[in-house]
Amino acid sequence: MARYLITRAGQSLLTLVLATVVVFLGMRALPGDPALALAGEDRSPAGLAAVRHEYGLDQSLPAQFLHFVTHALHGDLGTSVRTGLPVSSMLGAALPVTVELSVLAIVLATLVGVGAGVLAAVRRGRPAEWFANGLALVGLSVPHFWLGLLAILYLSVATGLFPASGFVSLFDDPLGNLHHIILPAVILGTGLAAVIMRQTRSSMLDSLSADYVRTAKAKGLRPGAVIGRHALRNSLIVVVTIVGLQLGGLISGAVVTEQIFGLPGFGKMTIDAVFQRDYPVIQAVVLITATAYIVINFLVDLLYSVIDPRIRVAGEA
Amino acid sequence: MSTSTAARPEEPAEQVLDVRDLSVTFRTESGTVSAVDHVDLSLARGEIVGVVGESGCGKSVTAMSLGGLLPGSARVTGSARLHGTELVGASEPVLRKVRGRELAYIFQEPMSSLNPVLSVGRQIAEVLQVHEGLSRKQARARAVELLALVGIPSPATRVDTYPHQLSGGMRQRVMIAMAVACGPQVLVADEPTTALDVTVQAGILEVLRDLRDRLGTSILIITHDLGVIADIADRVVVMYAGRVVERAPVHELFARPRHQYTAGLLAASPTPGRHAGTDRLQEIPGLVPVLSTQPDACTFADRCHAADDLCRGSAPPLEPQGGGGTSAAGHVAACWHPSTETRTLAATNQEPAR
Amino acid sequence: MSVVEATPVTVAAPEPGRGVRLVRRLLHNPLAMTSLVVLLVAVVVAVASPWLAPYSPEQTDFSHTFSPPGTPGHLLGTDDLGRDVLSRLMLGARASLEVALLAMATAMVVAVPLGLAAGYFRRWDAVISRFTDLLLAFPFLILAVGLAAIRGASLGNAAIAIGIAQVPSVIRVVRSDTLHLKSLDFVAASIADGAGDLWVLGRHVLPNATSVILVQATVALPAAILGEAVLSFLGLGIQPPSPSLGTMLATAQQFAARAPWAAVLPGVVIMVLALAFNVFGDALRDALDPRGSRR
Ligand SMILES: Nc1ncnc2c1ncn2[C@@H]1O[C@H](COP(=O)(O)OP(=O)(O)OP(=O)(O)O)[C@@H](O)[C@H]1O
Ligand code: SF4
Ligand SMILES: [Mg+2]
Repeated sequence: MARYLITRAGQSLLTLVLATVVVFLGMRALPGDPALALAGEDRSPAGLAAVRHEYGLDQSLPAQFLHFVTHALHGDLGTSVRTGLPVSSMLGAALPVTVELSVLAIVLATLVGVGAGVLAAVRRGRPAEWFANGLALVGLSVPHFWLGLLAILYLSVATGLFPASGFVSLFDDPLGNLHHIILPAVILGTGLAAVIMRQTRSSMLDSLSADYVRTAKAKGLRPGAVIGRHALRNSLIVVVTIVGLQLGGLISGAVVTEQIFGLPGFGKMTIDAVFQRDYPVIQAVVLITATAYIVINFLVDLLYSVIDPRIRVAGEA
Repeated sequence: MSTSTAARPEEPAEQVLDVRDLSVTFRTESGTVSAVDHVDLSLARGEIVGVVGESGCGKSVTAMSLGGLLPGSARVTGSARLHGTELVGASEPVLRKVRGRELAYIFQEPMSSLNPVLSVGRQIAEVLQVHEGLSRKQARARAVELLALVGIPSPATRVDTYPHQLSGGMRQRVMIAMAVACGPQVLVADEPTTALDVTVQAGILEVLRDLRDRLGTSILIITHDLGVIADIADRVVVMYAGRVVERAPVHELFARPRHQYTAGLLAASPTPGRHAGTDRLQEIPGLVPVLSTQPDACTFADRCHAADDLCRGSAPPLEPQGGGGTSAAGHVAACWHPSTETRTLAATNQEPAR
Repeated sequence: MSVVEATPVTVAAPEPGRGVRLVRRLLHNPLAMTSLVVLLVAVVVAVASPWLAPYSPEQTDFSHTFSPPGTPGHLLGTDDLGRDVLSRLMLGARASLEVALLAMATAMVVAVPLGLAAGYFRRWDAVISRFTDLLLAFPFLILAVGLAAIRGASLGNAAIAIGIAQVPSVIRVVRSDTLHLKSLDFVAASIADGAGDLWVLGRHVLPNATSVILVQATVALPAAILGEAVLSFLGLGIQPPSPSLGTMLATAQQFAARAPWAAVLPGVVIMVLALAFNVFGDALRDALDPRGSRR
């Protein structure tokens, strides 16, 4: 276990370093003078010089990188050229919205996806399976931002059941918060639910035909125990990995969903930054996403090793 | 087609398991295939019966059908009574009560047959919790005892290990501990030693024999290995292409095989004996027939040197075989032209060497 | 061990006639055939759309804005600028397919060689794995954002971002298939005979990996169609006034209450295209699966 974790931690760290280099070099690859891009409106020679100094652009490339990393590690991600606010405080406001949206979407998608996947595998060859399969295919194929548009059009605007846009903080008004975020979370979760359902179904079909499931049946266990304790537990190992890998898709999805529902999250911040050429924000966004992805997948690996004793307990056999 | 239903002189009084006319067919994409054809089988209390036969002859399907463990595509007919309880066609709840409590299984591959993500103690405890209503703690304590019973050293620590941490032989002992947890009357062991190496095999057989002696468990042991049969079985059932072709007490069978298939098997294996694993059998030439195509012939006819038109025209019934004096009691074979050879080989001398 | 019978295990080189059986299986699958027909129609319409479309997709007509579907001359109505929705859908679908093919090609060109190398050469495996991890850390939208920031938003950059985002999963699948193939007797024998690595890869591994690659390509296409729609919707892909299903939805969003058809129809087209690819991909995978229809 320890060796496995150390290896994985080392790999994650390496990936993180590489990702940082990529982001750093990406910024240097911007067309023209990065100082011009970073300076925004103020393009006076003095302003540019100040920007050069702030971002260390007057130093050598390795020194610039070091500058970039040390500042990032101290939570200094630069200043937005559009809002004039520190990028870190913008992120501080935006990230909780996105995290809440994503977590809710993952929870919903996992519940629905695992449930439907188990059902489809257990009811193999019956109408319930066809229905679940069909639904999953549609879930995979439907552009979810379009679903979002339709939901706003036909659920929010037409019936007034849900607010069409806007957001209130979880801490100010928990119920209102849920009211605002549930529809976006459902929409964001559809694709993930479809992926989880298909993965659960296929790994459940494998587990259900495994020898140990036959053993469990031969012991006289009830179907619930055979399916839940024996088959599903093994299938979940695969499902957990899939959820981790889908995180990238989820982040992409969150950006669009926030855009549609007007949620003041990370996604909206990103899109605004692109159109306003707010490079410090873009740089921070890319860096934060990569970091989040790497860290969360490392945590998924930890979880993986909790579920699977073959990793948790280093075996001699 | 089975004539043995009339009188069964070979059977002692107390039958724990009584299988009659058991047939199994499978629905497949290419039509219905028959896997087991009118099989009769019985098991007395404390008896160990070996089932041998080529791969695909229906040994496992027969065994699985008893506990209702076959997939949904299987259709089982006939009768299998476990202490008077009919298992064929029994409802799931009835079967669930029987499985693990009165009828337990040990499977061939101890790695894949144990759940990789549950500790072995938990897997043993499960049976006790469901059938004996023990609490988790009580069940765990019993699991430790059971691990000791099947000869696992330091059971109190092993109880918390996972299957991948144990050797193949240890895993198979865990399987056995799990199977005997509720003191079943019948233990079905489907090739329990095939995946293990020779020295480990002997240990597992020893455990099984010990269980029989101590708990009076009846054991149906399926194997490819004539050495295992000679080592442990009281009686032998030889299957070929879904049918029982010969049945006899073990020494009788080794001394006077009657069915040509059995004779061929034994001839190819000059010293089936305690040295399980040292005698590699030559294969009998020819292919195992597709059973459903030969309803009115001896299924072995295509590969049998003694086959004639009679064999190809009608299926031989299982009939009592004489010629062996008192030891022939309970010897039946389904062959029109039984082998008359008498083998005076090691197998018969090994009885005392337990 | 006196074993009554030991099943002989032989690993033969894949037999010829695989293709024939594959096609036969697909022909017998009504879902596969339906999706194939849908795709063929879509491709024909897309290719011929410059001639088929009743109007130029960019031709505005301010006297006929927001005409509902069924309006004479405008079968599916017009949008806020009086442009013909049907014509724009046809050319939008064409653009979608273009991006999808381009993205898929990008993914395959990058990922297949890397996957083969990772599976075949032990030394490269770790390096390529780190590369895969690195790529995964940049979700496709973030990649697209970065690319748009550096190189500007365009159809080509959208395709590259989508394609690159698909590289990791293709590498993984090709890698594991290569590992499997390398362990098979006929490949191992060829290696033992001293055949050059490139020769073995080209002669034995790649041809036998084609089915896996084919499935990956089929899976990549619907994802790319959805990806293009998202990027264009956000303004990071195809730029207006060029017709694209995504940009059509972006415009329609603003007028959704007045012209709901303009918000519904492009989404339907995207979904039908993606669904057809997904259904066909599933059927292909089933047909290639030796265990029969499984997943
Ligand atoms: N689920 C199934 N569907 C169709 N046919 C099956 C199924 N299970 C078993 N069979 C067929 O039933 C026959 C008997 O199989 P069985 O597993 O009982 O053989 P066996 O004697 O145990 O062989 P082995 O020694 O290899 O374990 C085989 O021909 C097999 O193909
Ligand atoms: S019945 Fe005939 S074919 Fe069958 S085993 Fe006996 S002699 Fe051979
Ligand atoms: Mg078997």
